[in-house]
Amino acid sequence: MSILIDKNTRVMTQGMTGKVGQFHTVNCKAYANGAECFVAGVTPNKGGQSFEDIPIYNSVAEARAQTGATVSVIYVPPPYAAAAIDEAVEADLDLVICITEGIPVHDMLRTRYRMRGKRTMLIGPNCPGLITPDEIKIGIMPGHIHRKGRIGVVSRSGTLTYEAVGQLTALGLGQSSCVGIGGDPINGLKHLDVMKLFNDDPGTDAVIMVGEIGGSDEEDCARWIRGNMNKPVVGFIAGVTAPPGKRMGHAGAIISGGQGGADAKLAVMEECGIHITRNPAEMGRVMQRVLKGG
Amino acid sequence: MKIHEYQGKEILRQFGVPTPLGVACLSVDEAVAAAQQLGGALWVVKAQIHAGGRGKGGGVKVARSIDEVRNAAQQILGMHLVTHQTGKDGQVVRRLLVEEGAQISTEYYLGMVIDRSAQRVALLASSEGGMEIEQVASHNPEKIHTLRIDPVAGLTAEDAARAAHEIGIPDTAKGEAVKLMQDLYRCFVDKDAMLAEINPLVLTADGRVLALDAKFNFDSNALYRHPEIIAMRDLDEEDPAEIEASKFDLSYISLDGDIGCLVNGAGLAMATMDIIKLYGGNPANFLDVGGGADKEKVTEAFKLMLKNPNLKAILVNIFGGIMKCDVIAEGVVAAAREVHLKVPLVVRLEGTNVELGKKILAESGLPIISGNDMADAAQKVVDAARSA
Repeated sequence: MSILIDKNTRVMTQGMTGKVGQFHTVNCKAYANGAECFVAGVTPNKGGQSFEDIPIYNSVAEARAQTGATVSVIYVPPPYAAAAIDEAVEADLDLVICITEGIPVHDMLRTRYRMRGKRTMLIGPNCPGLITPDEIKIGIMPGHIHRKGRIGVVSRSGTLTYEAVGQLTALGLGQSSCVGIGGDPINGLKHLDVMKLFNDDPGTDAVIMVGEIGGSDEEDCARWIRGNMNKPVVGFIAGVTAPPGKRMGHAGAIISGGQGGADAKLAVMEECGIHITRNPAEMGRVMQRVLKGG
Repeated sequence: MKIHEYQGKEILRQFGVPTPLGVACLSVDEAVAAAQQLGGALWVVKAQIHAGGRGKGGGVKVARSIDEVRNAAQQILGMHLVTHQTGKDGQVVRRLLVEEGAQISTEYYLGMVIDRSAQRVALLASSEGGMEIEQVASHNPEKIHTLRIDPVAGLTAEDAARAAHEIGIPDTAKGEAVKLMQDLYRCFVDKDAMLAEINPLVLTADGRVLALDAKFNFDSNALYRHPEIIAMRDLDEEDPAEIEASKFDLSYISLDGDIGCLVNGAGLAMATMDIIKLYGGNPANFLDVGGGADKEKVTEAFKLMLKNPNLKAILVNIFGGIMKCDVIAEGVVAAAREVHLKVPLVVRLEGTNVELGKKILAESGLPIISGNDMADAAQKVVDAARSA
């Protein structure tokens, strides 16, 4: 089992014909059931062409009607990416995964406003995507570090997620699904939303939650976990050493107005029963200990 | 991206927000001429640096004669202004704003920020003008009126009027205050601002509302559509290492430790700093080389780190996904040769093509210390820095 995506998911790629879109489409198609899963591309004015035997359509609505794809992954450049999300939401897709980094915040504010009352879920932007090992990979993560199993992973960052996954795999702990929710201040699914999905997934036994400085998503998620989660959660927050007022790479990773510090987040998480570690090299081992009941 | 107060006020005026008249000056003579040109009998001489808290640090002075303007300008220009936002060395003042003085009756606070959880622009208004809003938020949170703005309806006159009332702006000035808040919101959205603060917003003795200060932070992701804001960038206010890094599309932040770190990905870069600290060391920088680092970028990253005179050791921590470990290993070897690296270098590689990467490092003949995992690498670099 898994959350959000599995081998039966059918995916269209918005921005498939750009350099980035091409590169990752090839890799996603080559992973597990990718050849069956990736069924369409969307590039305005290139409808009728194809890339790697994947047909290209002019619009999301057309791609959906012709192929039945209900999930989209977006590699469109930042100035046009919010409009690409809008188009996917308008076409009533189930799930949109926006990989694009650098979308203006005000664009995302407007897009999130337009999504109110719609059923489409958004992951990202500025995220690595998500993967259900041995079934399907949608995004830019290296597939080979994953292993099928029963641990869920949710994270705001890219390579730090790979680090967590790499540690789990090295210890023989496979993953049910791994979700990168992205490092932007205005995004779609939060830690909390993904945690609820993992809680309801019979294929997930425990979850690793990786957060970072900025905002209060991790605290919100922790408070929900305290009263509702029936599976153990291991947590790490990056940025204990980050100085206030400095944006640490990600647009959302900033301690401002005295809020969003790593120590405060860790304190709330610990108080809510999450097995926290301050050592990023120990995420996998802490999970192993928790599973053994130690 | 931050700008100076005088630039912020220029922008505010374009949107109809009233501000005192003022002139930006680079010398004492210019300051005197500006005061004469402005006329009147009361002036304010204000240091222009990006950090807040200038008044407390002695960077804002009231002058009641042209001689006092000259004295104030002489004192402030060139000073190392230390505030709670500058760090202990302070920031050199290169520019002044000379303004007509205002007869202040009451001070208020007005701010706009991006509210992440509500996914809206939030207006913050308070009767506690002139104070740091963080202080008000922690000691008197009830004195901050917060309003989340509907992006389609915008800031309505009703909502703005309620905010004005809540913070005690008298009814006689309500119309002006409402217009000012609506103009500020329009400015905030049109210019892709992340933060706008008018602190203080004042009611003058003759009943007008006036923005006495202007602080902006703009979304760097949206600068491509705002050349007029890019033109306001003042490189003197930024860390030279960070400017250099941005030329090569590297994300770099100077810190005060002695262990340089070169990492791919922002989250992993922060985690690398954290683990260095956890093992008893001190990171010298945050450095994210991004997803597509090549030999040139890695070399530039090494040069940047080596400009730091405190540097005692370097840790390279790469989890290769798109970025292949062999490519990064070649970059590290080439960079270490080109810069004639003298400090100990610890490299930890994981992910795509890791074996090939390790082989390249081992066969380079360079004294590179290999870290097996993040913990091992952190321990080794902390030990190396200690014995250096």
